[in-house]
Formats: sequence, structure tokens, C-alpha cells
Amino acid sequence: MVDPRISSINESLKEIRNIITVVSGKGGVGKSLVASTLALTLAKKNYKVGLFDLDFTSPSTHIILNIQGLQPKEEKGIVPPKVHDVSYMSIIFYSGQYSLPLRAADASNALIELLSITRWEQQDVLILDMPPGISDATLDIIRFVKRIQFFIVTTPSQLAYATVEKLLDLLSELRMPIIGILENMKRTSLPSIEAQVEQKAIRFLGDLPFDEKIEEAIGNTEVLLDTAFARKLEEIVSKTPLF
Amino acid sequence: MHEWALAEAVLSSATEIAEKEGLSEVTEVKITVGELQQIEVDILEFALSQLKTAKFGKTKFKIETKKAELKCRVCDHRWFFGEQKIDRETAEAIHFVPEIAYICTRCPECGSPDFEIMQGRGVWLERVKGVK
Ligand SMILES: Nc1ncnc2c1ncn2[C@@H]1O[C@H](COP(=O)(O)OP(=O)(O)O)[C@@H](O)[C@H]1O
Ligand SMILES: [Mg+2]
Ligand SMILES: [Zn+2]
Repeated sequence: MVDPRISSINESLKEIRNIITVVSGKGGVGKSLVASTLALTLAKKNYKVGLFDLDFTSPSTHIILNIQGLQPKEEKGIVPPKVHDVSYMSIIFYSGQYSLPLRAADASNALIELLSITRWEQQDVLILDMPPGISDATLDIIRFVKRIQFFIVTTPSQLAYATVEKLLDLLSELRMPIIGILENMKRTSLPSIEAQVEQKAIRFLGDLPFDEKIEEAIGNTEVLLDTAFARKLEEIVSKTPLF
Repeated sequence: MHEWALAEAVLSSATEIAEKEGLSEVTEVKITVGELQQIEVDILEFALSQLKTAKFGKTKFKIETKKAELKCRVCDHRWFFGEQKIDRETAEAIHFVPEIAYICTRCPECGSPDFEIMQGRGVWLERVKGVK
């Protein structure tokens, strides 16, 4: 018995030039906010951008981007709708407001399903927003998706960085391309993790401030792009070779 | 109509298998279709016939449907998904992603959402026969 979906995953992704996977060892460090803002920022720079929320049990990017009343088009598969100039895909189109209790094997199955039936149009870059940690979703992406690059998010907390370090070691062992590490929610009172990152011979991308204004920017992309958080991310993006 | 995407996936993995086994011509492809996903077998067959490459010129596509059997992890009760009434919107969502069943299906004995899909989830390629 063969699962026919597996061989169609890379077929479905063939029009995509670059795939950036936003990961961290921990939850709550800002992966979804960074992934969404990164997508908007690159779209504003006229790149063709896709965003795929792969955190199936706790999807968040649809709230950040205020995705409402949209549905993928059915066309020999499903075609992600475009919103704020970003082609967007999430399990939320199917699970709606309901909770979706998935064990890892089921989440993995759902992920393979969506990866294989989603027809991405030509994109310069597809950004994947991942659940935290080194579990099924991350392993599935490593196993099934060719040409991925990892964009790692941490906070200044040693608790976050300790988990990121483990993720980093695994990705390095598997020779996965790593763009670098971004330090989010930086507060001046805390020492930076920059020195620790440099010891690992990984690029330190920079830090994003802890931004009190973020909460009111959620669901409003114009306000979001105007926050200190987003402006700093744009600055980092323009000096980082992403692809 | 994502039967087309599934048909394409079936053909691309059948091609892979045929190549690996050195088959010049494929005579039979057996596919099982799980009831959970509610695939329209007619559309799947039509899509296969439209998308197939030369290698599949004389292939018989055998499609078998399997009931979706679920087993509760809490109380071990087993049941069939088909016994449950679901609204159209949810059925449609399950059609695209079978795991969406977890938003609405509960164990009829104990009410748990923690069940296993034993069989009949989605599309499987059962076997590829051919001549070398
Ligand atoms: N730089 C920041 N300043 C202030 N709040 C932030 C910042 N980055 C993220 N947040 C907030 O932290 C919470 C977790 O962010 P989220 O992107 O959901 O994290 P993750 O995806 O890693 O779980 C959210 O409420 C988000 O608005
Ligand atoms: Mg998240
Ligand atoms: Zn039960």
C-alpha cells in the first residue's frame, strides 16, 4: 500500500521558488506574528508571497491578518485565496470556529493532505508558520518538502533559547539550511542572546522590540505594518539575504 | 473538485512505482477509497481517464470503497462513521481534510473526541500490476 499523496507534495509546490519555515523550540515567542508580518512586508516589496499556517491545533495567522469570508477556490485541487496581496492557506478554512483535537498522527495526516491538494500559483516565496518544537509538523516538513530554509525565532529568555538551541542542533545535524535566528520581544533590561547565537556559527538576524502597540494591531494589517515591531522587521529583512 | 488532485497524486505515485519496477506497461492499478473522505468515485474515474499518460493506455483502474471505521481510545468502542448525521458544510470540509471529522464526531458510547480512524480514511494505492 502506498500513500499517493506523498509524491504529489513537491509537485504541488513546484511553482514556488523559495520556502521559508518559521520555527522555534517554544510557543508564544512570536512565530505567527513574525511569519504574518514577514509575508506582508515581502508582499509590499512586490514579491509574490504565500503564507501557509501549519499550526493546525492552534492556528493564529488568520486572526493577525483578519481573514474573513474567504474560501479557497476548488480547481483540480484547492487554490488559496489572496488577501493583502498574500496567497493564504490555513486549516481554518475547513475547521472554522470549532476546536480540532488532533493527535500527532492525525495532525500529520491532515498536513500531508493539505500540502498535496493545495495548488500554489507561482510564488517567489512561501512562508510556513509552524507549531512549536521538534515534533510531527517539523519532521514532516523536513521529510516531504524539498528546498526549505529555516527562520528561527526566540525571545531573550534563556527558557526560550534553551529549546531553540536543541532545535538548532537537530537542524544542523540534518544539514538543513538556516537563515538565522531572530530575537523577538527584546527589552532593554534583558541581555541579548546574540553572543550565544554567534558561538553556534549561526547568523544572528537582529532583535525586534517588545511592542506595547502590537495587541491593537492584531487584525489590522495597516496598523501592524506601522508598528515599531514591523518597521524593525522590515529593516532586518532588507539587510538579510533571504533568497 | 479535488478528486482531480487525488487522481493526479495516484497517477504520479503509480508512475513512480512502475518506473521502480521497470514496467513498460501498466495493466492494473488498484485503489481504495475511504468512505470518510466521500470521494465521488465517478469523478475520480473520469479524472484518471483524462489525466493518464501513455503508460496507462490499457490500464484497468480498480476502485474499491472502504467503510470508515473508528475506534474510541478511551472505551474501545468501535463504530462506523457512516452511522452519523452531519451537516453539508462539515461534510464538505471532511471531504478536503478527513481529520476535520474530529470537530464533530464523538464516541457514541462515552462522548470522547479521542478516537482512532482504523480504516477508510482517504485514498490509497493498493497495487500496481504490469508487464516488464
Ligand atoms: N514583539 C512583540 N511585542 C509584543 N507582543 C508580541 C511580540 N511578538 C509577539 N507578541 C505577542 O505574543 C503572543 C504570542 O505570539 P505568537 O505570534 O502567537 O507566538 P507563537 O506563534 O510563537 O506561538 C501574541 O499575543 C503576540 O501578539
Ligand atoms: Mg503560532
Ligand atoms: Zn468511547
